[in-house]
Amino acid sequence: MRRFLTIVAALAAAAPFVLPRSLQALAQDTSQVREGVRVGVEYQPGTRPGLVVLPGSGLDSARAIVRRDLDYTDRFEMVVVADAPSGGEGLGTSYGIYKTLGAELAVELVAAPGGLTARLHDLNASRVRNEQTMSLPASTDPGYRLEVHRIADEITRWASGTPGFAASRLLFVSGGRIYRVDSDGDQAIPITAAGGTALSPAWAPDGQRIAYTRLEAGRGGVVVHSLVSGAALVAPGSQTALNITPSFSPDGRTLAFAHSDEGGTDIFTSNIVDRCCAQRLTVGRYADNLSPTFSPDGRRIAFISTRAGPPQLYVMAANGTDQELLAPFDFGATGSSNGPEWSPDGANVVFHREVSRSPQLFLVDVAGRRVRQLTSSGRNEDPTWAPDGRHVAFVSDRSGRRQLWIIDIETGRVRQLATPGAARLPAWSRRLGRTAVATNP
Amino acid sequence: MRASPKLMLLVAVGFAAACGGSPPPEEPAPEPAPAPAPPPPAPEPVDDSAERERMESERMAREAAERASAVSAELATMINFEYDQATVRPADQGTLDRKAAILSANPNVRLRVSGHADERGSDEYNLALGNRRAAAAKRYLENKGIEGSRVEVVSYGEERPLNPGSDESAYAQNRRDEFEVTAGADSIVAPQ
Repeated sequence: MRRFLTIVAALAAAAPFVLPRSLQALAQDTSQVREGVRVGVEYQPGTRPGLVVLPGSGLDSARAIVRRDLDYTDRFEMVVVADAPSGGEGLGTSYGIYKTLGAELAVELVAAPGGLTARLHDLNASRVRNEQTMSLPASTDPGYRLEVHRIADEITRWASGTPGFAASRLLFVSGGRIYRVDSDGDQAIPITAAGGTALSPAWAPDGQRIAYTRLEAGRGGVVVHSLVSGAALVAPGSQTALNITPSFSPDGRTLAFAHSDEGGTDIFTSNIVDRCCAQRLTVGRYADNLSPTFSPDGRRIAFISTRAGPPQLYVMAANGTDQELLAPFDFGATGSSNGPEWSPDGANVVFHREVSRSPQLFLVDVAGRRVRQLTSSGRNEDPTWAPDGRHVAFVSDRSGRRQLWIIDIETGRVRQLATPGAARLPAWSRRLGRTAVATNP
Repeated sequence: MRASPKLMLLVAVGFAAACGGSPPPEEPAPEPAPAPAPPPPAPEPVDDSAERERMESERMAREAAERASAVSAELATMINFEYDQATVRPADQGTLDRKAAILSANPNVRLRVSGHADERGSDEYNLALGNRRAAAAKRYLENKGIEGSRVEVVSYGEERPLNPGSDESAYAQNRRDEFEVTAGADSIVAPQ
């Protein structure tokens, strides 16, 4: 019970305004089973170690960012201490206090020349498990927050064996513009100009380029936009008619997209490095084939097709051969399926499927073709994977208008990613390398 | 002796030109002489047939414009679709038949069909659905003998709702094809 209360306290500290709804949504998302589909959120109480970020002097903003990032990984029971004794060299004598509060791990951050020293204490073993001094630019530097997120990701790796996902960003659409925002909801900035209609943003794996549809008078090309130079070029093969739902191959050399004209909508790929060689992968004959998403090994593409009637989820080889159904459906009973994205570990494809005409998030595991439902309250659509392959950002109207939310598919915990206005069509980057730090559009 | 005003004007213009177009400083240019009065007009013929002819042609032009406007309105009449469907409804076939007849009678007229969707489906899928709706109207017109190159297909998906509401009646209005004349609007005539 104490642990639950500390989670609540951590949530409340991070985002008090979302707490009631997120808890409510969490409860709803896990208590209902409909139409024979297993609601796939599983709780594993007690398996998450209690973790405390020790209070200390200096580094206040870094400590707050790291604390929130660790909380957002959903891998720890966060133990919140407000007026506990400060950390530092004398921590050894305080191990007992934090253990009493339920912590097994303690993160200590102390200022060091040019950066900070991070330590991970194992409270049960009464020893420092990891220690590293890391450089950190001045807090006024545009790369400061991303660098702090990177430190948090490393601490997460020490503590859980898997790096965090804080040093990543999301793209989303608001008012016809593409915006970019840090994974914690900070620093939302527009990338495309006002007055246009930009849709369907997608990240290149290098985090330095994005692609999106620029809709103009009912037509539009797929624009490949460098966040480093600002250069924006229309992808080969997408110059005529309407071109939508771009997606980069894992090596960043190929762009897949859907081309719509009077013959229907079909998936093409083109080489965006040599700017040539558009290749058609599907032959729709007035049907729609769209929303391609590459497997992380680049060998397969999952996509949406209306070949059997309503849109459903299919898969093919990256050269267009071996097209087959991926997520089973009952003809005439299963709702439309859209918005697929292949998980970073390759095991699952997340998508949304209509249930009683309201979209809900679903997963299909690629090997077993089993489908499980992740959400059930409100409209939940257009999912995108976090770099850890365990969190999914999506659009939901559960707060009354379309906003971005993030679900941990292992615990079912849901939180809002605050954005300035209504938001849709999110795309989550991979973990961003240091070259992405100082770039601005 | 007093210089002729015309000569003064020429001098002034020449000076202005020499100065790169700016007026001469200080001294104002003289006013040009008023143009000579035109010769008195020829007396009107007593016969008023020309006036009647003019009124008759004005009336015909007005009626032609009204007919053209009605024809253009017919061409612009929207058609609607069922939820997640891109099939032309039987109720809309007459609308498309009349458009086909107008297009047959006006070989210079070109049309742009834009397909639209309601807000319920997936944002991205709705672009493809709108495209399919516009293409369905084009195929219908082609089957009525209209050259395909005269009909352009575009899609706005759910990006341009006609009715911003979120109820069944708004959705029904927003699932539509719009038709816009892109060439030949000036000389449009009604079909025989």
